[in-house]
Amino acid sequence: MHSDALLSIRGLSKSFGALKASDNITLDVDDGELHAVIGPNGAGKTTMIAQICGQLEPDTGTVLFAGQNITSVPQQERPAIGLVRSFQITSIFPDFTAIENVAMAVQLNAGHSFQFIAPAATDSDLVGPAKTHLEQVGLADQAAVMAFALSHGQQRRLELAMALALKPRLLVLDEPMAGMGAEETAGVVQFLKGLKGKISMLLVEHDMDAVFALADRVSVLVYGRVIASGAPQDIRRDQAVIDAYLGSGDEEEEHA
Amino acid sequence: MMPSASKIAVAGTIILLAALLPYGLIAIDQEYLIGLASRIVIYGLAALSLNFILGYGGMVSFGHAAYFGVGAYVVGILSFHAFEGSTLFGVPGSDSALFVWPLAILLSAFAALVLGYLSLRTSGVYFIMITLAFAQMLYFMFVSLERYGGDDGVIMYNGRNQIPGLDLSDEVTLYLVSLVVLVIFMGLFAMLVRSRFGMVLRACKQNEARMLALGCNVQRYKLTAFVIAGSVAGLAGVLNANLTEFVSPDYVHWTKSGDLMIMVVLGGMGTIPGPVIGSGVFLALEEFLPGLFELIGLAAYKEHWRIVFGPLLILVVLFARGGILGLMTKGKSDA
Repeated sequence: MHSDALLSIRGLSKSFGALKASDNITLDVDDGELHAVIGPNGAGKTTMIAQICGQLEPDTGTVLFAGQNITSVPQQERPAIGLVRSFQITSIFPDFTAIENVAMAVQLNAGHSFQFIAPAATDSDLVGPAKTHLEQVGLADQAAVMAFALSHGQQRRLELAMALALKPRLLVLDEPMAGMGAEETAGVVQFLKGLKGKISMLLVEHDMDAVFALADRVSVLVYGRVIASGAPQDIRRDQAVIDAYLGSGDEEEEHA
Repeated sequence: MMPSASKIAVAGTIILLAALLPYGLIAIDQEYLIGLASRIVIYGLAALSLNFILGYGGMVSFGHAAYFGVGAYVVGILSFHAFEGSTLFGVPGSDSALFVWPLAILLSAFAALVLGYLSLRTSGVYFIMITLAFAQMLYFMFVSLERYGGDDGVIMYNGRNQIPGLDLSDEVTLYLVSLVVLVIFMGLFAMLVRSRFGMVLRACKQNEARMLALGCNVQRYKLTAFVIAGSVAGLAGVLNANLTEFVSPDYVHWTKSGDLMIMVVLGGMGTIPGPVIGSGVFLALEEFLPGLFELIGLAAYKEHWRIVFGPLLILVVLFARGGILGLMTKGKSDA
């Protein structure tokens, strides 16, 4: 085990009936590192994230975060220790404006919300930071737009702004570029590059160019197993990876 | 968003008109309608409280009449003991609003805390069914209270509760007291839904999974909202017991919960004035539709006024998803 690993996954396994969605996964994210996980559809990437973030409990194995065993910590308690995720399928508050979406994240990061009197919309402790995060992802002009009316790419960036508002130590990104055009993808790559070093990241992504442009380390997940892990240039040359993944592309959709 | 000056002016005018309404009714010799106006105000309050969890919190509680009933029964039972001169668990009966009303609100809140705690472990259809089941449990409990009239309920022989300086036995006074309570709670709920707490509640309705991932202990907030709504429904029950001077298990019957839901949907879910408008339209139709049947020569069918009411409700749900308030404010920018 790395001594300076922020996130350590040890022997994580999860089965659904006969399907081994996670098969003895062991993986680290060091402090400040951007560790990318790639794998074909159905490889169990989202299932792995669900266990890291507490949405699913693993059958066996442990999740250590900053040295603490958090395997059974409920998901709603994980952002407080700095473990924050984004969703593959856009998950926002459609009937809030963009800034209200981010302000909600700021508010939840600020502690309990048992405050019944002052209106949240004019609370500068919420609106101020929310504006900053919207600017960070380039959505400042859309602050007053209802979230459902934003374009897909804008919604993806809104998700990132919400995740950032939680002040994560480790950001778990589930395909942040999913469904984006080339230009938008480049924008997000640029943005994540800016975060590198400041926030540790576990990036699950399909876009190979993005992964190889960003990652310090790449792990390859196939059928719930990590078949290779190493520096991007090594992974690119790894024969097992080429056979299992880089060559093929016709497997089934992973998510419901 | 702060309410605009024009909105405040409209609200002020409506409140003023509502306050003058009983005097107008006396002037045109229609005093009997003051009772209807009081009912509209009181059910408006109950629907307002349901809307807080239903319209803003997305909790489809099909048992909201339970808390309405608990509030009313506290009034009825204490009045019963005051009349009889007996005690309940060592506590003498009482007709004093200053004692009875807070106690009734407290017990409604407690009922909402217990039933909410259990119900909120479920969601979706299960939540609807379990809130309904709990309310029906309470219904049968009240039916089984032989001492308090069982099925027939309790008549408050001592009349309405006493408030120093106010004569609630006067219809106009009771109406005005109810109206003041309603207006205060409309203001309080308007404040609540804009507060941090209210934003959490509204966010939970839109995307609960996201709230969990953002680190929100969703259940605590939902339960708090549930208890707030239950206590206000209890207060509405208190007022209604005073209005009718009579309490029976019908207060808790599931059709009562259904009526409250209809009022919310009819008037406009997730808005502050909506439920009150819904209450007004619902109760006015209930009052006047039978007469209308008579007027057009269908007197024999006047008990079946719901034949008209049902389709009307369906039309509103189909064509006016924002309810009546949505229709009225259509085209205007109004959140």
